[in-house]
Amino acid sequence: MTTPVHQFHTDANRAAQDLQQRAQIQSALSSYETACEARKSAFRDWESARQTAAEIKWDAVNHLDQHLREFADKLESRGTQVHWASNEQQARDIILEIIRSNNAHSIIKSKVMTGEEIHINEALEKAAFDVVESDLGEFIVQLRREAPYHFVFPAMHLKRGEISELFNRELGTALTEDPEELTMIARRVLRDKYITADVGISGANFAIAETGMISITENEGNARLTCALPKVHIALLGIEKVLPRLRDLALFLPMLATAGAGQALTCYNSLYGGPRQPDECDGPEEFHVVLLDNNRTQLLADKQQRDALHCIRCGACLNVCPIYRSIGGHTYGTTYQGPIGSVITPHLRGLQDWKHLSSASSLCGACTQVCPVKIDLHHHLLHNRRNAVIDKPVWREKLQFAIFRSVMNRPKLYRFCVRIGRLMQPLHRLVDGTRLDPARGWTQTRKLPRIAPQTFKDFWRNRK
Amino acid sequence: MSERENILGRIREALTLSADVPGHKQNNLLQVVSEEEAAPHIHEWLPAVGETIEDGLALFAKNSAELKTDFRLVDSLEDLNAQITEMASGWKKIATHSGELTDAVGDKLGLPVCSTDEGYEASDLESCDVGITQCDCLVAQTGSVLVTARSAGGRALSVLPPHHIVLAQRSQLLPDLPAAFALLEERYASNYPSFISLITGPSRTGDIERILVLGAHGPKQLTVFCL
Ligand code: SF4
Repeated sequence: MTTPVHQFHTDANRAAQDLQQRAQIQSALSSYETACEARKSAFRDWESARQTAAEIKWDAVNHLDQHLREFADKLESRGTQVHWASNEQQARDIILEIIRSNNAHSIIKSKVMTGEEIHINEALEKAAFDVVESDLGEFIVQLRREAPYHFVFPAMHLKRGEISELFNRELGTALTEDPEELTMIARRVLRDKYITADVGISGANFAIAETGMISITENEGNARLTCALPKVHIALLGIEKVLPRLRDLALFLPMLATAGAGQALTCYNSLYGGPRQPDECDGPEEFHVVLLDNNRTQLLADKQQRDALHCIRCGACLNVCPIYRSIGGHTYGTTYQGPIGSVITPHLRGLQDWKHLSSASSLCGACTQVCPVKIDLHHHLLHNRRNAVIDKPVWREKLQFAIFRSVMNRPKLYRFCVRIGRLMQPLHRLVDGTRLDPARGWTQTRKLPRIAPQTFKDFWRNRK
Repeated sequence: MSERENILGRIREALTLSADVPGHKQNNLLQVVSEEEAAPHIHEWLPAVGETIEDGLALFAKNSAELKTDFRLVDSLEDLNAQITEMASGWKKIATHSGELTDAVGDKLGLPVCSTDEGYEASDLESCDVGITQCDCLVAQTGSVLVTARSAGGRALSVLPPHHIVLAQRSQLLPDLPAAFALLEERYASNYPSFISLITGPSRTGDIERILVLGAHGPKQLTVFCL
């Protein structure tokens, strides 16, 4: 089996050389950037809005137990069944159990990233249930049997031609280059599914403690249909999604839309506070909310990095990240890509296996600058690097630095080494960049600078 | 012990160490704008909205144009009915719910009606050409329509048919999002509807090459009439 770090390097190499794909990502994201800047400037004070959003999320996360208890109690008091899952397995079991006890067969899903996290589709398919993604991007990547490329724009790496061929192959539809027609194909295919599905599975963008509601943000209307028509609705969400009050949404909804997609407000922002109530004409008979921990409490326990739980998954940090733009989403091999993925994946899935992501950064800080809830992302990448080394020292590096330190502390030795280095450097050409090269990590992709013919000290001493 | 207690226990344990407040080097809570102070400020940071009702209507119209919402100011019920009748050519069946405004137009069209009041068949609702609903309010700041299960005939009426028509009154126009959430609290706090949605333009997607396409899964057309 290949390790995550090996897979990362291989895929990064390949993706970085795929200039066509990089051009596509660049052009998609540059139109996002223009829209996003325009929306931010429409705010009378974007910076104060960010600060308040950060403080509200701080309150939510730092009093998480109180808020969650309130959230669950409120939901339960209106007929919702709240389930708690400590890990992936428990969450899958809970969902399968709900589906089985309802004798359900077909399942429609709207976008749920936590579902990717617990590999719910695989579990449902293995149990022989019919499960269909309804978000257009998710529908496309599901047909391709691949993971989302971006947790907000799942199919942004594909050209319309590829999508057309995919639909032709999988759905038997005619080829077309028209995005509108392609969208209508998906609309037609999925319409039937909504009407016949027994169970709808959704995620949630926010969990409102005060009123016991989940909030779902979407553009297409697929989540609304998923939560309206099937007789059972299951919402799966991470425990960190909490916001204390309903009115906090007046700030968070426009910020999420602005940072996430350069929109003033996403097309549908819907709140669900229970199954169909006695005075209502439609909605599911059963509403289940599954709260997932899956190592979030471990991240919570790290007070320095706790604020990574403030993330509202807008995707802005991916969009501006030079690394993401060069290596693409699949290279990460994670549910959450980009800077935020690099920060939290080591906590969610193991530091040693995923520490390499924290090194895949230019530390330019673009992510930190755009984050609507002010998560100090690039410093967290440094914290991860530090923690990884404390946790498991790299002896070769330790030795190298010990030698470096001792040379730097001894001027005579230093001068001697420079002289030797200067004499030996021409020989380096023989092994430059090859396996025998001691400096290979550097020289594989970069040139080693020439050591100057004389040091500044020599120059100073020799001047007339 | 239940899983709920396990998770809450781990959270309490984790929170015994306190974390710095963002933007504040020390954990100095006194500096933090508390929610009671912050809430009144939120509207000051959001995009500007004019003072008068005319400003609000103009902004709603401008946002609608950007969103491709068909926004129409009408002077009277007659005017409204005339415009809807004109739209109705080609419709075979309409869906609606009972309400002051919806009753005033639904009857006049003489078309078969699927009413959601007492429940409905999904396939029946799906076959309708249009869903006509009322709303809780309009939000000028974002060009949004706020609907709930109670005000707009349930969850699906405003999303399943390919055309959604909203009937509203001028007095329902609110300036901004904080005002819309305040309205929800005031109107429903004792017993919220199980479904609330802010609708901002017709359904859309950018999932194919980030190119905007309307009518992804929800209505391709959104018309807002304001009396
Ligand atoms: S870390 Fe910040 S910028 Fe990145 S997805 Fe989360 S909220 Fe958005």
